[in-house]
Amino acid sequence: MSDLRELYQEVILDHSRHPRNFGKCPTCNRDAKGHNPLCGDRITVELDLEGDTIKDVHFQGQGCAISVASASLMTEMVKGKSVAEAKKLFDQFHTLVTGGEADGADLDKLEVLAGVRDYPVRVKCATLAWHTLAAALEGNHIQVATE
Amino acid sequence: MTETARKTAPLLRNVKFDVERVRTDFPILAKPMRGKPLVFLDSAASAQKPQAVIDAVSRTYEQDYANVHRAVYELSDRATALYEGARKKVARYINARSEREVIYVRGTTEAINLVAQSWGRANLKAGDEILITGMEHHSNIVPWQMLRDTLGVKLVVAPIDLNGDLIMDEFRKRLSSRTRLVAFAHVSNALGTVNPVEELVALAHKAGALALVDGAQGIPHFRVDVQALGCDFYAFSGHKLYGPTGTGALWGREELLNAMPPWQGGGDMIRSVTFEKTEYNDLPYKFEAGTPAIADAIGLGAAVDYLEALPWDVVEAHEAEVLAYGAELMRAIPGVKLIGESKRKAGVLSFVIDGIHPHDIGTVLDSEGIAVRTGHHCAQPVMDFFGIPATARASLGLYTNRADMEALARGVHKVKEFFHV
Repeated sequence: MSDLRELYQEVILDHSRHPRNFGKCPTCNRDAKGHNPLCGDRITVELDLEGDTIKDVHFQGQGCAISVASASLMTEMVKGKSVAEAKKLFDQFHTLVTGGEADGADLDKLEVLAGVRDYPVRVKCATLAWHTLAAALEGNHIQVATE
Repeated sequence: MTETARKTAPLLRNVKFDVERVRTDFPILAKPMRGKPLVFLDSAASAQKPQAVIDAVSRTYEQDYANVHRAVYELSDRATALYEGARKKVARYINARSEREVIYVRGTTEAINLVAQSWGRANLKAGDEILITGMEHHSNIVPWQMLRDTLGVKLVVAPIDLNGDLIMDEFRKRLSSRTRLVAFAHVSNALGTVNPVEELVALAHKAGALALVDGAQGIPHFRVDVQALGCDFYAFSGHKLYGPTGTGALWGREELLNAMPPWQGGGDMIRSVTFEKTEYNDLPYKFEAGTPAIADAIGLGAAVDYLEALPWDVVEAHEAEVLAYGAELMRAIPGVKLIGESKRKAGVLSFVIDGIHPHDIGTVLDSEGIAVRTGHHCAQPVMDFFGIPATARASLGLYTNRADMEALARGVHKVKEFFHV
């Protein structure tokens, strides 16, 4: 059970039960859909992209605790960031959850998801929202699937 | 059962089924998992192997291995005799009329694809209908969709109800003179529902259609007599039947198989080849191109020997009792909902817990040494029907005991505590 607490930290359980920036976003001008066929998770990420700045970001969907918490934490982290900053953060986050040496300077609260690196099958849960965000940054109405 | 098999049958015959003794035949069940005793509840995905199967495969490679058929040396003769002997065992186990009716395949999926690509392409035309049910595994959906897309046949689906039972009236309504094939699961892999095979086969035949039974989840739980079932094809996997992976069989009525064209060309499936013309081999080799899974097929024969020696009436009663006990324990836990509540079920306890995703259930159970499968179980239409993305599925084998069910229930309580639900 103690190993499990490494994976499911209280912050993660909190975000999974009470996701932030959850629901429809009336002011957003970009969206993308993500699907993880392995576990059936589906997520929509909406962005209010003003020039190069992510003014607002929301998500909707259903998924496991890891994927919902990761999406929720992501929205908190990328709001107000530039497109380049958000992409760089995705790179760092991906390295963190896949067990690489993360240059973790910018990761901040995303560090709570580090436990995912010991559960390789759960990496896709943690990164689904980020892949979907990356798709939304590329263009409108894109659908991505992990696996 | 032959006289030899009867003589070598363990002492289990005519006594109560001794599940604890059976468990000692499966060495992996004694291995700890995450520091706890392994509670293996994923037999529907693939069953564990008894020592007899493991030994048969090892012994083949140690003593009896060479490529089979068409060699003049003794080792190949021996391998061929064992390999073909295993086919005879399988034929006898399912009461086929002859071993010519048993086509070795890699598993149920390949068996169904064989029927689709060989029988389907040779016999179906645009407008013909294939009737399946709403509880099918993807492997009994996609091969027919591929025919639909190439031949223009129509795929018709008979719906299920909220218990997970096929709605018989809806099934009957969808049968017509256009129906050429009815293909359905003996037992649903996602729900555990046992279909009324004989009745469905009779209805199919009355409509002039053939009947294919996907036996992947059927034959591990019941003694199957293909002649008594009355179907035209019965497909199953060896690895779910306590045998090696890469094995399985398509059983078909000999006259049907004889009339079907080969589907893969190559070595072993031919009698003579020139650049102008090829003469195909007889059954079953016509459908078995290339070097087969030799040691694995011999292992499947050992699995069948092992199973044939068990007192199956008692095994079936034991499995039903353990499943009912597990269901009762699970229903008693607040927030747990069983998906699939058919009155006739075998081997499967699919469930969801309010507020907890199946993937999270699976991870926490794993930390307790309990192996369940989580996801859509290759039956996405079933998940869609119940409006859920996935379930957690505990599935049972003949070695599953009441203690496994109690461990599962304790595990589910831990899951709920862990997520404060």
